[in-house]
Amino acid sequence: MMIGSINIAVLLAALMVAATPILLAAIGELVVEKAGVLNLGVEGMMIMGACVGFIVAVNTGSPLMGFIGAALGGIALSLLFALLTQALMTNQVASGLALTLFGLGLSALLGQKYVGITPPRTPKLDLGPLSEIPFFGRALFSHDIMVYLTLALVAAVWWFLKYARAGMILRAVGENHDAAHALGYHVKRVRVLAIMFGGACAGLGGAYLSLIRVPQWTEGMTVGIGWIALALVVFASWRPWRAMAGAYLFGGIVVLQLNLQAAGVKIPVEYLSMSPYLITIAVLVFISSGKARGALNAPGSLNRPFHASN
Amino acid sequence: MRKPLLCLEGLTKAYPGVLANDDVSFEIGEGQVHALLGENGAGKSTLVKMIYGLVKPDKGQMTLRGQSYAPGQPSEARLKGVAMVFQHFSLFDALDVAENVALGMENPPAMRDLARRIREVSEEYGLPLDPSRLVGDLSAGERQRVEIVRCLLQDPKLLIMDEPTSVLTPQEVEVLFKTLRQLSAEGTAILYISHKLDEIRALCDEATILRGGRKVATCDPREKTARELAELMVGQVLTPPEREERPMGDVVLQVENLSLASNNPFGTSLKDISFSLRAGEVLGIAGVAGNGQDELLLMLSGELLAPSAQVQLKGQSIGHLGPNARRTLGLVAAPEERLGHAAAPDMSLTENALLSGAERKGLTRFGFIDWRATGEFARDIIARFDVRTPGPHVLARALSGGNLQKFVIGREIELNPDVIIVNQPTWGVDAAAAAFIRQALLDLANKGAAVLVISQDLDELLEVADSFAALNEGRLTPVRSAKGLSVDEIGLMMGGAHDMHPAHEGAA
Repeated sequence: MMIGSINIAVLLAALMVAATPILLAAIGELVVEKAGVLNLGVEGMMIMGACVGFIVAVNTGSPLMGFIGAALGGIALSLLFALLTQALMTNQVASGLALTLFGLGLSALLGQKYVGITPPRTPKLDLGPLSEIPFFGRALFSHDIMVYLTLALVAAVWWFLKYARAGMILRAVGENHDAAHALGYHVKRVRVLAIMFGGACAGLGGAYLSLIRVPQWTEGMTVGIGWIALALVVFASWRPWRAMAGAYLFGGIVVLQLNLQAAGVKIPVEYLSMSPYLITIAVLVFISSGKARGALNAPGSLNRPFHASN
Repeated sequence: MRKPLLCLEGLTKAYPGVLANDDVSFEIGEGQVHALLGENGAGKSTLVKMIYGLVKPDKGQMTLRGQSYAPGQPSEARLKGVAMVFQHFSLFDALDVAENVALGMENPPAMRDLARRIREVSEEYGLPLDPSRLVGDLSAGERQRVEIVRCLLQDPKLLIMDEPTSVLTPQEVEVLFKTLRQLSAEGTAILYISHKLDEIRALCDEATILRGGRKVATCDPREKTARELAELMVGQVLTPPEREERPMGDVVLQVENLSLASNNPFGTSLKDISFSLRAGEVLGIAGVAGNGQDELLLMLSGELLAPSAQVQLKGQSIGHLGPNARRTLGLVAAPEERLGHAAAPDMSLTENALLSGAERKGLTRFGFIDWRATGEFARDIIARFDVRTPGPHVLARALSGGNLQKFVIGREIELNPDVIIVNQPTWGVDAAAAAFIRQALLDLANKGAAVLVISQDLDELLEVADSFAALNEGRLTPVRSAKGLSVDEIGLMMGGAHDMHPAHEGAA
């Protein structure tokens, strides 16, 4: 199927790839915010994941090790945030911003010697006959394993928050930390674990960029995707499936505008490049506006420091 | 003699600067309803937190059914059969009833079974509840049922209730007492914390009275008069506020047919509110928390704007004016939440005095602050209203509840207003400070100001109010004279019986 010079199946396939890093980062941040913590350091943790994942993959020759390293890199940076905000009670917004700046700088330093190198290739997952299906085979069933794992992760997070007891405790901590403490739950422990999960997801998202999507290491290569992930969480009203829809919308417009650029459409490139950011935000604002109840999904204790008062 | 269930021996707990509990010992028998009586700050909360495992005692020990009992955290206490209903509810607004119940249980059954058991238990004890509703949508009374049902599902041996009736109508209190008596008859001991003496005399078998962290007496509350108990609790003789017979002046504040949406998604919108307030009059507005009290205060103070002509101050339409403009015209307000609404917690008393006094006291000139005049204003308030603090430089959050309340009410009274609106003026304030604040409001009315007191404390309203109305789901009942009004009638007004005639017929 073709529209002009654009192949729809290829477009869909590219969309899923483009959406995966942002979706990973967003689903991690969603869990963090559900626990009542606002970590603005997503961009910093992503770029650390991109850098560490790239270094590990190049040195071991294994993309799998690269992804594991990326998750650990993201966790390491998120633990710094956890130490600052949960143990030392610093301001979450300031700490998150600092984390992003720190991550950008540190990754540039670590990655200096790796600019221009090609990482080991991540194989496509062999889905046998599924990938032979016309159109859908190309669009949906010809990806690497991370694309599918990310979708599974969204489903798992949705299930965890809705049905698991631990997920309920996490929501309770995010909703009213004083009440959760009074009932004897460990507010800080829950939050630190959530922050680590967010770090791991952001790290994986970053590594997906440097190992699969681009695939190369360049300084500052996350180009604001971490910030879009943060916005996605809010406008998705903290709902996993809606966050996924937002990520796919963003990915779709990214791919589409690249195709339009290549097709030589007479719109200045700058407008095309900014379009994914603008359109995603506009659509999500539209979806989440006008409903007083939409705001209710916001975790009640979001961005409020917890200090046990007894 | 009942078999002892829980024995406390020499419990002591110190916080920096205060001895919250000093060598407290008493016993609770099985199936006994035991009152823990004391003023705010007497150490009741600390004591029950130790029993519930939230706080570890510095000294002393507890035994539960003859075995040593030292819970390290609430889950241990729950496993040993100690459950607690909190004063400030420990509920989660965005979660449904069943989830809230499950969070308070050690080993909750599957959600579907849990919903069924919630229904069973809530019906058995006359506390109807729908497990699938969001807690944020429930009334204060229903929220308390959630807490109680959560405890009952775990078959507690000891149920701790921290000021359970402060949010209930008199009728709801009756229902609660019935439930508690039923539980007691089934062998569950209840530790009932309160400072309401009539309730304790009606419900409890034994009372332990705390004052300043020490036990002053254990007695049978039914053998003492309310006055004797009060004197044990307070340690001094209290004089009720005096009110003079005074003529009413002209209408100064008038609200007509005002409907206004709340600014809070869980709030209550005001519906068709009408009343008028005359100079020298004290109007008391009763109602269970969450029936529109906050919105009424915001609407009158100017934080929520209304159609201009529907709020009139001395004949002038003020609905569209903000708080500063209304204050300049002579209408001041003191909201319920002391820290964060009435006063900025991290600012000094001087700065807090400036925040509401700037206009009427002329504390700024060409946009610059006159710190000397502001400091004097703050010192005046501190001296006149007996605020116990080292000086006006102290941060608002460093003051105790009663002292800060005296400060924020005093600050508004010092502005010589024509109309003052106060919400819960003595909430969480010790008896001496409460009496002082009530007297100050009455003195202001005696001088010709109109006073509107919104409160959930009926005794307080009956003490100060000349006329009386109740808020119920955002509607205001017609205003009645407070003379000869009984607590039962007020209860019906709060419960939504807008027309009072059936109650009179019932009484006759």
